[in-house]
Amino acid sequence: MADTTGTATSDMVADTGADGIRRRDFINIAAISAAGVGGVGVVLPLVSQMSPSADVLAESSTEVDVSAIQPGQAIKAVFRKQPLFVRRLTQKEIDEANAVSAGDLRDAETLAERTKEGHQDLLVTMGVCTHLGCVPLGAAEGENKGEFGGYFCPCHGSHYDTAGRIRKGPAPTNLLVPEYAFTSDTVIKVG
Amino acid sequence: MSFPWAKQYEPTNGVMQWLDERLPLPRLVYNAVGAGYPVPRNLSYMWNFGVLAGFFLVLQIVTGVVLAMHYAADASVAFGKVEHIMRDVNWGWAMRYAHANGASFFFIVVYLHIFRGFFYSSYKAPREMIWLLGVVIFLLMMATAFMGYVLPWGQMSFWGAQVITGLFEAIPLVGAPIKTWLLGGFAPDDAALNRFFSLHYLLPFVIAGVVILHIWALHIPGSSNPTGVEVKQESDTVPFHPYYTAKDGFGLGVVLIVFSLMVFFSPNTLGHPDNYIEANPLSTPALIVPEWYFYPFYAILRAFTFDFILPAKLWGVLAMFAAILVWFFLPWLDRSPVRSGHYRPLFRKFFWFGLIPCMAALFYLGGAHAEEPYIMLSQIATAYYFLHFLVILPIISSIEQPEPLPFSITEAVLGSDPNAKLGTTAAPAA
Ligand code: HEM
Ligand code: FES
Repeated sequence: MADTTGTATSDMVADTGADGIRRRDFINIAAISAAGVGGVGVVLPLVSQMSPSADVLAESSTEVDVSAIQPGQAIKAVFRKQPLFVRRLTQKEIDEANAVSAGDLRDAETLAERTKEGHQDLLVTMGVCTHLGCVPLGAAEGENKGEFGGYFCPCHGSHYDTAGRIRKGPAPTNLLVPEYAFTSDTVIKVG
Repeated sequence: MSFPWAKQYEPTNGVMQWLDERLPLPRLVYNAVGAGYPVPRNLSYMWNFGVLAGFFLVLQIVTGVVLAMHYAADASVAFGKVEHIMRDVNWGWAMRYAHANGASFFFIVVYLHIFRGFFYSSYKAPREMIWLLGVVIFLLMMATAFMGYVLPWGQMSFWGAQVITGLFEAIPLVGAPIKTWLLGGFAPDDAALNRFFSLHYLLPFVIAGVVILHIWALHIPGSSNPTGVEVKQESDTVPFHPYYTAKDGFGLGVVLIVFSLMVFFSPNTLGHPDNYIEANPLSTPALIVPEWYFYPFYAILRAFTFDFILPAKLWGVLAMFAAILVWFFLPWLDRSPVRSGHYRPLFRKFFWFGLIPCMAALFYLGGAHAEEPYIMLSQIATAYYFLHFLVILPIISSIEQPEPLPFSITEAVLGSDPNAKLGTTAAPAA
């Protein structure tokens, strides 16, 4: 029983039962467990507040009218506050992309896998270099398209081919093809 | 701790006596940077840079707090706020130029401080902990300066944030979510700018805390010195005040003249013109480079262009971090019992003709375009950098025959030491 006036004696603390378990052990374990659960409960919100907030996540999808893009031309649109490249390939560019065997590439994909059925000439990719996130050159008129005629990232020298596949330089993967669909023959909806 | 012959603090009047009994702060100062701290009598100007680094930390905090009074971390106004500081705020231009150039000077003096450590192997026993804390300070400085550079929200700010947080994407599986978590979005934006401002304000005070530990650890064995021979007797030392308050003060004056020349006559030389263009998420500047003080590590990052078991990108990131982390192991990689490079003929050659040119090359290459021949040169310099610390240093430190050490600091300074028995030299590292 709690002695509120006197000093604690050793047999009050070492209230050891026959099995060697003290009554205090239960309080110790319970207190530490409660503090641990509480600690996790505090850390979780602290970590989670760093993740994208609801308004950032709520960004809408983007519609792009692709009818005006001539073969050999590309446009830059914006998707999730990041650049999006939409490029109409020339026949020569398509042939170049199909001439290499995908298996030899760092990130093996064919042009057909990176475009939509029946629209093999329309290449839709993020304009975000998969190395460290720069915007590659090659979408605008007169920009350096790199050694493989697609896109060239000036930051650390990544060369992408006409299918937006990584061919040379430090980038690990092909330019990302976002989720998109044709809503009509001339309009795509990204996201 | 101090040497037994250290002068004792004596309060000079009743007030100081009263204070000393209740809060002995004057005693602490007296024993740390006053007459009560005996210091080797032969310190060269290479021992000036610690005090200078402390000065620049204070300068950054003072100018930074002022800037924060006029700045707002909102992506739609941040760029304009910095221009407001430059044009409208009284003396705002001076505060900002002092802060921006102050960061550069902070790194200049810290690099010289670190290279002093390399040459005199100041990291050896019993000073390992001072060294380890120093490397921690350097890492914190890099994080602080990186986040500060994002605040003006210019093109280099934005793309620097994009590239540096992009480093984390190299981590397998969890990389992309980590980047999104760090930025609070899919690309740098308001969320990122705000948290960087919050942390940019916080970290300098964390640095100040680690600096206190660094100096605490230093005051246990006391400073090393250009001979690397430990203090043996009173004649090897002089009191910190007035000898080194004067010497450090003179050095500070010289550095402040150079600093003022930069701030008042050439304030943008160390910066990048692209940062006077507001951040544009759709257009990358032709050449993205960090501030000059990150160049060596940026050169190492970019040196990896080929896959080898792991993807090139991951190698680059690992190598960049390893380039600094290897400093943590220096006290154990350098096995020579002799500290000072002045008595290590082989080490000295590899220092001046190996490490220094290699670092100079990395400094140059980190700012160059990512094309040949720069990529190949970065690869060679990166290889040499790691070779120096991991192979050359352990080997030369075990095989080299050091030159004879003086018996004591007194002998090194005066040419003879009455306490030295004829023909004796100091035991190595004693
Ligand atoms: C370790 C010390 C510090 C370092 C290395 C550092 C570094 C930097 C750098 C490189 C910039 C960008 C300069 C530019 O191009 O405009 C910057 C900006 C800024 N810093 Fe610091 N800083 C430090 C301490 C502080 C502190 C203690 C504060 C106080 C809150 C602060 C507040 C700011 C503000 C408001 C800006 C944005 C205004 C501007 O860009 O000029 N800094 N800092
Ligand atoms: S970000 Fe494109 S090559 Fe590095």
